[in-house]
Amino acid sequence: MGVWYTLTAFCFMLFAGVLALIMRTQLAVPDNDLVSASTYNQLFTLHGSAMMFLFAVPMFEAVSIVILPQLLGARDLPFPRLSAFGYWSFLLGGVFVLGSIFFNVAPDGGWFMYPPLTTRTDLSGLGADIWMLGLSFIEVSSVAAAVELIVGVLKCRPPGMRLNLMPLYAWYILVVAVMILFAFPPLIAGDLLFEMERLLGWSFFYASRGGDPLLWQHLFWIFGHPEGYIIFLPSIALFAMLIPTFSQRHLLGYPYIVLAAVGTAFLSFGLWVHHMFATGLPKISLAFFSAASQAVVIPTGVQIFAFIATLAAGRVIFSTPLLFATGSLAIFVIGGLTGVMVAIVPFDWQAHDTYFVVAHLHYVLMGGTLMPLFAGLYYYWPLVTGKKLSDRLGRTAFWVLFAGANLTFFPMHLSGLMGMPRRVFTYPAELGLGGLNLASTIGAYLFAAGVLIVCIDLALSPTRPKGRRNPWNAGTLEWLAMPESEHWGIRSIPLIETRYPIWDQPDFMRKVDEGRFFLPDAEEGRRETIITTVLDARPVAVVRLGTPSFLPMFAAFALGGVFILTTYHLYWPALASGALTLALVLRWLWTTAEIPEKPCKPIGHGIELPLYISGTQAPGWWAMFITMMADATAFSGLVFGYYFFWTVHEAFPPPGMTGPGSHWPMAALALTAASWAATVGARAANRRGLVTTARLLLSGGALSAIVSIGAGLAGPWLSGLDPAVHSYGAIVWVIACWTTAHAAVGAIGQLYALARSLAGRATPTHDADIRNVTLYQHFLLFTALVTWLTLGFFPGVA
Amino acid sequence: MALALSGCNRRQSTFATFGEEAAAIDHLALVMTIGAVAVAIGVAALMIWAMRARPGALSLRGGERLILIAGGLLPVLLLLVLLGYSLPVMRPRAVAPADMRIDVTGEQFWWRVGYAPPGGNPVTTANEIRVPVGRTVLFRLRGADVIHSFWIPGLAGKMDMIPGRTNELVVRAVRPGLFRGQCTEFCGLSHALMAFDVVAMEPDAFERWLASQRQPAAATAPATAHVGAALFSRYGCGGCHTVRGTGQDGAIGPDLTHVGGRRTIAAGALPNGEEAIAHFIRYPARTKPGVRMPAFPHMSEADAHAIARYLGDLR
Repeated sequence: MGVWYTLTAFCFMLFAGVLALIMRTQLAVPDNDLVSASTYNQLFTLHGSAMMFLFAVPMFEAVSIVILPQLLGARDLPFPRLSAFGYWSFLLGGVFVLGSIFFNVAPDGGWFMYPPLTTRTDLSGLGADIWMLGLSFIEVSSVAAAVELIVGVLKCRPPGMRLNLMPLYAWYILVVAVMILFAFPPLIAGDLLFEMERLLGWSFFYASRGGDPLLWQHLFWIFGHPEGYIIFLPSIALFAMLIPTFSQRHLLGYPYIVLAAVGTAFLSFGLWVHHMFATGLPKISLAFFSAASQAVVIPTGVQIFAFIATLAAGRVIFSTPLLFATGSLAIFVIGGLTGVMVAIVPFDWQAHDTYFVVAHLHYVLMGGTLMPLFAGLYYYWPLVTGKKLSDRLGRTAFWVLFAGANLTFFPMHLSGLMGMPRRVFTYPAELGLGGLNLASTIGAYLFAAGVLIVCIDLALSPTRPKGRRNPWNAGTLEWLAMPESEHWGIRSIPLIETRYPIWDQPDFMRKVDEGRFFLPDAEEGRRETIITTVLDARPVAVVRLGTPSFLPMFAAFALGGVFILTTYHLYWPALASGALTLALVLRWLWTTAEIPEKPCKPIGHGIELPLYISGTQAPGWWAMFITMMADATAFSGLVFGYYFFWTVHEAFPPPGMTGPGSHWPMAALALTAASWAATVGARAANRRGLVTTARLLLSGGALSAIVSIGAGLAGPWLSGLDPAVHSYGAIVWVIACWTTAHAAVGAIGQLYALARSLAGRATPTHDADIRNVTLYQHFLLFTALVTWLTLGFFPGVA
Repeated sequence: MALALSGCNRRQSTFATFGEEAAAIDHLALVMTIGAVAVAIGVAALMIWAMRARPGALSLRGGERLILIAGGLLPVLLLLVLLGYSLPVMRPRAVAPADMRIDVTGEQFWWRVGYAPPGGNPVTTANEIRVPVGRTVLFRLRGADVIHSFWIPGLAGKMDMIPGRTNELVVRAVRPGLFRGQCTEFCGLSHALMAFDVVAMEPDAFERWLASQRQPAAATAPATAHVGAALFSRYGCGGCHTVRGTGQDGAIGPDLTHVGGRRTIAAGALPNGEEAIAHFIRYPARTKPGVRMPAFPHMSEADAHAIARYLGDLR
């Protein structure tokens, strides 16, 4: 599945690259008319959107899904069916968004989609909906993959692999997946507001109806800036794997690198305003965000110098992957330095939205995403296929790519400062920019030739013989993989004592192969892997992994149906597709958390582990927890909207407009609290064996949650709040709908737990379902508290 | 930096400054470029050394010191210096009540310009901005329909024009000349064709020009003398355009009262001239895709030229 995922993302990258070539051809000479303005706007919108949403992020997730199990010596990630769901969503969403250009209805508002250009239905068409809904769908799949990766890193490590022994790639996966978890939801919240405005006319971004276009910019860049680091950190992670290999020594400064990665992630959420330096925000906040943007240099510098120090301390073996790695570092450093320049506010006032920024971001992405990916490709190809790629072709490709990238993007620094704005389909000859643009165009074709050489190398690979195991003589766990890899992955799951076990643990490979470690056999013929504790990787259970199934694919297509049908305003079919999605997901969940035929099984060395776990030790609980963190983040995006509107209006709610009052919101809150208390009680009762009490409590909780929906919506409904008149009504309605929809999901969860209990799939000792439902209710209670207190009381306080 | 590029046309370049704000940023850019080149060379040299050094050239302690000093300490010091040097550059110039105010509104895909001189009557024009040299000017910037961005590279940095907000930009030109500005926030189909001429003038000349702009059109081209004036009215051009003093007072499109005196038409898209105007009137979308002005394909060539001649005389 991971390999298909990677291949699909690679194809989307090639497609987006071709779009860029058409653009460069159009810009080769001034006043060119190869493509029309309309086509050009679709090209650059799709190029940026595809590279970001269909290539960079999915590529990271795909590669991680391929190599994470190997890095952890696990048989597979904890939720293979979730990976499958993510892949099918990605494929369907990607084809839907990219295919639109063949029908001349591709999005044309830029990848940043600033309203009101994109929300006014008289100024933008179907393309805007395709962008919003198609990519929201992809965002859901990205978050799903992030959940999978986080749980994988936290719960599926081999015994003994404490956090400080984790391969750095796993650390970066953890950091980046957590970033995805907190970065994508604000955008999903923004998408929700955006489509409410486009499809239903609710007012969020129209100044004349109390909205503000800047709200979108905040939500977009709270996502958009971390996105830059989300796609850059995985490359650093690849370097952190291959530089020790080609220096034949441990990476220097492991703790600094981990701290730097975490620090980068943390800082990246505090920089978004540097995309908005020219929007007229107060100078003091610009100064703050300028300083914060500079600060990100420090963790980045630490990581780069750790690599340099490792190379200097070790015995360097020159190789194609290392050539790509060092070459991309050189390019990245230039991009980083221009990044410091544009983080300086006055300079940004000149450079912003010019080709200088195009140069900067492409240097960063070439050096920080694409070229490192080629390094990773040449490094890990033997791991996946058992064969090395050609050194000769690889080196040729590198130099062509290196020259092409510099020739394309270096002149753009100058053309930008000489007055060339971004996103222009043409430029007049009188500006004197023809020469620089022609150079960029030639560079782009050179770069494309380099990509072509890589593709040829890949295409020749099947004709080459298999090589030896661990061909680079690396020290990390993933290189245990055999060229003729078996179906079940690693032979036995090892005990880890060092960061580079192949180098440092005597006879390591032989012991793994001879099955001298854990879980060497699958007596019951089931796919199993070991679950360990989060901090110190003590084994706690053996879990059985899902088998291949069509359910995830059907669920992905049904969910895709919701988004795609909504794009074409087919609301009833979309609703039906939504119901189908729900049914398929419930059917899918029904197969999980099965009660095993025996409570425990031995994994070797006299250790016996349970086959069933629930609560905080279980992967399912963690997946729920992580998903709900993302959900709470999206919710906080909406709440941010409420308070943002309050700050930009002198009176909010506006004079003459009444809110939902406080009675109905308080009733909704009380009912949600009752539903929560019933669930908590049901969990406790079930644990004590009071199954009937637990069932009654679950039923009562569900009833209470359903009634809370009515109470929650009654407030704005009965006070006649119209979401189309003013942003106040719109934001109140959207938050009320969000929370009541969550109450509805809560009720479904409670009824699901009830059904599991009735069907005998949940018992006092096997209570994973009810514990996960309880966890959901904790988050629901928090959401309800914030919602109903804000909507009910804040108008009086403000 | 400007030296190396002196051969190029420099009407819309941040290197060819004619305002104090842009000059300060140009200086900042030069300093930062020198610094960036030095750091890039330093890192590259270190990397080459690291690749070629004999194994163990760096001890464990030496390596950690390299990471902390080169990766942590040095950047902190450099960036503190940079921030201390750069942040004052963003402090805006003080504006006095007696300073000139110019209101500019970005619309798809042109610029509505209003001069509000202290103590004088306001004057409305379009697609051309004139500023007096040596005087502080406050731009008040708004977006009418979507977000635009106001950028005159030679004068100052850019500032967005956002519907529902008024942003301010304070500048002072220091040398006269003919320059160019352009929209820099993507605003739709003809975003690339949304430019304007900028003329920096000596204060006396500027005052004379402003006074002439305040005059109604009739003073320069009596409507009775022109068959084009009648056609302008007959085709309903006045529904959108104003020609002051002739009863044509539409407020949707650019004010044409003195359009003949501008260097370009259609927001910098075409050079001003009878042929260009006549073509634009009949097929505006051929020049500017997505333009709000309707096409007049059935207007005869002769009528279009008559109107164009009339407009050309409105100086």
